[in-house]
Amino acid sequence: MTADASRRSVLKAGGALLIGFSLADLAWAQPGPPQGPDRNRIDSWIAIHADNTATVLIGYVELGQGCTTALPQVAAEELGLGMDQVRTIAHETGVTPYQGGTYSSSAIARGRPQVQLAAAEARQELLRRAAERLGAPVGALTVERGVVSAGGRSVTYGELVGDRPFEIAFTGTAKPKPPAQYKLIGQPAARRDLAAKVAGTHGYVQHVRLPGMLHARVLRPRGQGAYGSPPRLLAVDEASIAGIPRARVVRLRDFVAVAAPREWDAVRAARALAVEWERGETLPGEGSLYDHMRGNQATDAVIEAEGDAAAALAGAAFAAAFEGETPYQAHAPMAPNCAVAEVRDGKAQVFCASQDIYALRTALAGLLGLAADAVTVRFEESAGTYGHSLYDDVAMAAALLSRELAAPVRVQYMREDEHGWDTFGPAHIGKVAIGADANGKLVGYSYEGWQHSWSFTETTDQLARGTEARTWPMGPSRSVNPAVCGGMYAIPNVRLVDHALPGAPYFRAAWLRSPLDLSFAFVSEQAIDELAQAAGLDPVEFRRRNIADPRWRGVLDAAAGASGWPGAGSRSGDVATGQGVGLGTHLSGWGGAVAEVEVDRRTGVVRVTRLWGALDAGCAVNPAIVEAQIVGQLVQTVSRMLYEEVTFDRAGVTSLDWASYPVARFADCPEIVPIVVQHLDQPSSGAGEEVMAAAAAAIANAFFDATGTRMRTFPFTPERVKAALAA
Amino acid sequence: MAEQLELGINGERRRVSVERDTPLLYVLIDDLGLEGPKFGCGLAQCGACSVLIDGREVRSCVYPAASAQGHEVITVEGLPGWHAQRSGNDEREPPLHPVQVAMIEEQAPQCGYCYGGMVVKAAELLAGNPSPTDAEIVAAMNGHLCRCGTYPRIVAAIRRASEAMRA
Repeated sequence: MTADASRRSVLKAGGALLIGFSLADLAWAQPGPPQGPDRNRIDSWIAIHADNTATVLIGYVELGQGCTTALPQVAAEELGLGMDQVRTIAHETGVTPYQGGTYSSSAIARGRPQVQLAAAEARQELLRRAAERLGAPVGALTVERGVVSAGGRSVTYGELVGDRPFEIAFTGTAKPKPPAQYKLIGQPAARRDLAAKVAGTHGYVQHVRLPGMLHARVLRPRGQGAYGSPPRLLAVDEASIAGIPRARVVRLRDFVAVAAPREWDAVRAARALAVEWERGETLPGEGSLYDHMRGNQATDAVIEAEGDAAAALAGAAFAAAFEGETPYQAHAPMAPNCAVAEVRDGKAQVFCASQDIYALRTALAGLLGLAADAVTVRFEESAGTYGHSLYDDVAMAAALLSRELAAPVRVQYMREDEHGWDTFGPAHIGKVAIGADANGKLVGYSYEGWQHSWSFTETTDQLARGTEARTWPMGPSRSVNPAVCGGMYAIPNVRLVDHALPGAPYFRAAWLRSPLDLSFAFVSEQAIDELAQAAGLDPVEFRRRNIADPRWRGVLDAAAGASGWPGAGSRSGDVATGQGVGLGTHLSGWGGAVAEVEVDRRTGVVRVTRLWGALDAGCAVNPAIVEAQIVGQLVQTVSRMLYEEVTFDRAGVTSLDWASYPVARFADCPEIVPIVVQHLDQPSSGAGEEVMAAAAAAIANAFFDATGTRMRTFPFTPERVKAALAA
Repeated sequence: MAEQLELGINGERRRVSVERDTPLLYVLIDDLGLEGPKFGCGLAQCGACSVLIDGREVRSCVYPAASAQGHEVITVEGLPGWHAQRSGNDEREPPLHPVQVAMIEEQAPQCGYCYGGMVVKAAELLAGNPSPTDAEIVAAMNGHLCRCGTYPRIVAAIRRASEAMRA
């Protein structure tokens, strides 16, 4: 893939999608204000072409989850076009509208109503014009694949609008189609990006090349230390790379990088460059992390208080308490992050894989001292990132290096950079106490969580400018989550408390797929099982008794039913088997899971052999994609429960590759049954991370069913399992 | 010191001038403009960079380009032609390899970054073992990582391709 700085070629580089037509040719597609094109105008969302096709401009980016198929599906449905008549263009600030960042599984949950509304407004205007043209009332018109007909006459959308702007704002009067009329929504349309992905021709950000571009590598100590204590660069010996042709060193305070016209020369130079760092023993160290967290000064906040949880727990007929500790885990994308930037003549253009190109544009403008509208950020897909990995950090590095070297620069992180300097999903300590009455009805619930919030400042910014290490205030996805911590049950007395820790001296952190929910469910749902056992009830039956919401009941019954619950476990012998159930979600949606595990008591090796996951995401626009997302979530949950853990000593991270940070492989993959609980008449909720918490809990409960032992931390490594079984 | 290499890539002779220790992956991407093999780890751990050399899967991120001289290198882009040739077809624009077709039919990829290597490895497997059992598929593929967790669909796609190739 090649690209240059002009907008026209950028749009043309969008490829065959824009056959013979470029939005750049139209004045109305020129860059908008920093917030992006006006979201209340049809032209910001939809262009109708002369050939009776449409381009939908969407703000949500493709992270591998399939939204660049499902959102066009929504637009095609509303416009009355076929899937083959609707295309999208690359995401770019000023061109594609701002719909919010592509996180919290929001692309469909928030994006569907936005696209639906824009398409409904467009359709209303198209029908108004068609009615005029055909001399028939709007109510008499029918639409089939963009052909509007009435009384034997017809006109196409292309003839009505054909490559001209609508030039109208939303009227607020357009009504999206009722679900009963859906033809495309709810159907499994094939993903549009997969053919190129298996042919090896799909362009990723790693493939962007600009004329005169230099390849750069960034140097950092192997493995980060504590956030807020960045390493200091004491000395750089440029003579150490004198033998590498045209390799150059760039140093900005504690930020150091090498660049060369040829990529391998940049790699060699990064390896050869003699650099002296000063880094202290800034971390608590792996063995004392949780003690450090418990002993640190926390800021307490009540997240939810209903009734009197303490009194209810004191008077409960059955009670269970559980405390768990869960580790830092890494995003570890298959592709180390990469970005290409060109900073020239007071303008910057950056190609990157950010989840939020508009927020990054603001950050880059600040970094470079430019106005926001002098910065263009263009999204190019990278490997799945599952949350905030180093995509913004690498974009900042590329921008700074381009400015310093007065040339386009491509920065590609190496594996150890990505694993070592990731913004990890934070560690957590959870303490839960739950009580039930004599009938097995929950009466009181208390959850306390110790964790720190997300890190605001990217490492590049810290090193290059000495920018203060700021931490986000607590909030959803980093505080105790009411939806996962007992929220699926009808409980009269609830108390949820955050013990928010400071960001330092811990690791840089950010959202990692289903942020903290695996931890919350691991703690909470194990206690629910303990309570069921105390009350002498089957875990599924106990949950049924305490669920009031039919949506929770639906996913529980779907997963339990599909699995043939209760299965027959075997606790005797060297290899024990067991089944477990769990419920959970992220912020919206309903997830239920059943796991079957096998534990080898001699070796401590745990295998998840079968996994059922039911997800109610409301209206699943494309159920085939939701099904694929369930499979992916379940495999990743197995990975996070059995294998994944950031390791470190007092100086820094020591899990720097796939050997020291193992993830699930083919052989570790259970037999998986994904279940989409469809509700076409409901709003869509997230579908990319809402069944992981349930699966995490199901795996933990299955381990107990097999062994009679509760795991109090994950991942369930053989050493840890043997120690737990011996205790 | 840069060195002239003549490489056989996807059935074509290609000349490049590279440093002697350059791994094949950098030549494929930077000098020859191929987008199928990907940089994933540079450590031969993940398989995103896999290519076939004389029909055997190797990790191009650690395989010296100079060692590929005199051998036939096939990337995912070249698999259709490689398969057509092995099947005795000499079509100008050969259709996708059956594994690629099956992966689309199974709607297997999500982000797809690992698929350049996955497809190559699966093609190697089926060339040597046209009817692998699921256990054989898993054993062959186990050195390839997919962080999106699409393993079950890859196994299903290989099974489907195996059936299609025998039909």
